Amino acid sequence: MKPFQEIKKSFLVSAWFMFLTFPIMVIRVNTVENMVEWRWKNMLLIGVGSFFLSFVWRYLIKRRDVGKKKIGIGKTQKTPLIQRIIKERRILVPTLILVSVFALVFPFIFSLYQTNIMITGLIYVMLGLGLNIVVGLAGLLDLGYVAFYAVGAYVYALLNHHFGLGFWAVLPIGAGVGAFFGILLGFPVLRLRGDYLAIVTLGFGEIIRLILENWNEFSFGPSGIANISRPSFFGIDFSVHNATIYIYYIMIGLVLFTIFVVNRLQDSRIGRAWIALREDEVACQAMGIDKRATKLTAFALGATWAGMAGVIFAAKTTFINPACFTIWESIIILCIVVLGGMGSIIGVIVGSLVLILLPEYLRAFSEYRMLIFGSVLVLMMVFRPGGIISDVRRTYHFEGLEKQ
Amino acid sequence: MKPILEVKNLTMDFGGLRALDNLNLEVNEGEIVALIGPNGAGKTTFFNCITGIHPSTQGDMFISPPGKKSVRLNGLKPNRVTELGLARTFQNIRLFPNMTVLENVMIGRHCRMSAGIAGAIFRGPSTVKEEKNVVRDSYLILEKIGLTDFVNEFAMNLPYGAQRRLEIARAMATDPFLLLLDEPAAGMNPHETKDLDDLILSIRDNENISILLIEHDMKLVMSISDQIFVVDYGKKIAQGTPYEIKNNPAVIKAYLGEEIDA
Repeated sequence: MKPFQEIKKSFLVSAWFMFLTFPIMVIRVNTVENMVEWRWKNMLLIGVGSFFLSFVWRYLIKRRDVGKKKIGIGKTQKTPLIQRIIKERRILVPTLILVSVFALVFPFIFSLYQTNIMITGLIYVMLGLGLNIVVGLAGLLDLGYVAFYAVGAYVYALLNHHFGLGFWAVLPIGAGVGAFFGILLGFPVLRLRGDYLAIVTLGFGEIIRLILENWNEFSFGPSGIANISRPSFFGIDFSVHNATIYIYYIMIGLVLFTIFVVNRLQDSRIGRAWIALREDEVACQAMGIDKRATKLTAFALGATWAGMAGVIFAAKTTFINPACFTIWESIIILCIVVLGGMGSIIGVIVGSLVLILLPEYLRAFSEYRMLIFGSVLVLMMVFRPGGIISDVRRTYHFEGLEKQ
Repeated sequence: MKPILEVKNLTMDFGGLRALDNLNLEVNEGEIVALIGPNGAGKTTFFNCITGIHPSTQGDMFISPPGKKSVRLNGLKPNRVTELGLARTFQNIRLFPNMTVLENVMIGRHCRMSAGIAGAIFRGPSTVKEEKNVVRDSYLILEKIGLTDFVNEFAMNLPYGAQRRLEIARAMATDPFLLLLDEPAAGMNPHETKDLDDLILSIRDNENISILLIEHDMKLVMSISDQIFVVDYGKKIAQGTPYEIKNNPAVIKAYLGEEIDA
């Protein structure tokens, strides 16, 4: 450690920051009195602040590098804290019970507003888990995921508007149409990967949105579709308040269903093929995996969940228009997957709750929301590139075999 | 008896570059055949053509799995070729780094399994049984290759030599009748090479898998091969037993250059 060197580095950083922020933080033109205000105090604050932050930054980087060196070849995988908690039944069971009790009584403790936010959070859990199949497991960067969400929502809205079909009838149809569109997108991009795939899927998402916006006869254009019916319970309709609580429970059920299915898929022949495809496409094919079929199932199964989530979204808000399905939504869902931890189910759940609920509760700081959002993403990618809770592969034991 | 792999007049052009030029090659059942030649001679391209990674420009390739009808390989996708019983390893290791060693081998079993989406979700008795079998089979393969210490380790954390062996294990998991090894001894120390030598022989003798290998380690090649093919600039320049190859002037010329009479 050379303290002088460190101070010099930090001093340079703070000087550079003072220079960069000089035009916006120091000079202010007062147009009323035709005067220039010089706010030297701001400059001092930035200088001192960046001086200390640069120390913190370098300390953290150093700690990270030390941590990296420690991970060498061992007999077992290094298990992170969260994974250890999951394995420990004594902690896991009470936690699960606590979480499920909390989830069950939630709508009765909190206000309707809170329940609504929670439903949105749960919809994004479902979307995140769906996209996790495509991005996290199969490694196909899909920036147009919102298209399938829109397809699901419009399937319900249109079928409800024209034929009066109810929520429960359309839910499987929405899933099916979502899957169909997934395959539709899958075919042209079979040969693409990486950046090229991202651009094409981005285009696909925009195409769907533009069609919905401009094909007035079909989708009622930018004015959207209103008065979509809420879900009914065996033909009984609820008041707005009760319907929201009802949707909340539907959502809890669907999220559990999603977790169940995604978990099983992950640990199956198909799930392993997806991961192999993500890891090395050439080797994956050379090991006898049909690349076409594997990619298409990933796209189709990912889109299925988006289709279902779309149906619920339409039923919840009772009004949809193309502006609900912009590229921004795709990005948020992608952030959920990346921030939460690619390929990890708990990670995606935590990620979506953090990214959707935090902005709602931080309304007081809404001016700085994007600033916080951006810096959190940058910090996460530097210090925890694997996400909040990274994926740990399943381990197998061979007690019976090893003794032979 | 029919050769299990028969390549006739195989030609491969990359634009104006002729990487393979009218190559003929045969592998008989139970043989270890080596393909040697200087760097850039087209050996790996040859493997890529057979396994369907590159579409060949001209020529025919046939395989005749023991006890089955012969199949023409031209135009088949890599996964089809593997399903037919031709497995390969790669010159630059291509494992699945973020999967465990056992999972890497389980991927090899993929084409011998049948569970679909419904099977994965409902996990019926047949799927459960299949999963159990695949774990056991994969473990047994790792046992043969000697990698049981690393079963639950990520493939990327393995030492180099173990990674090479894992590639062989993964290829064996596809139940091949012919194994294509692309420089299996590259980067190994003499001790590891000796182990590999024994491993290859045991695969041939105990598993009844014929072997076609590309290798630069002449000691290894000469000690285990039944037949050697030498290629240079995409052309076959010699063919024969190790003894014949050692004394073949064309081979010596390709490797060491010609003597210039001053």
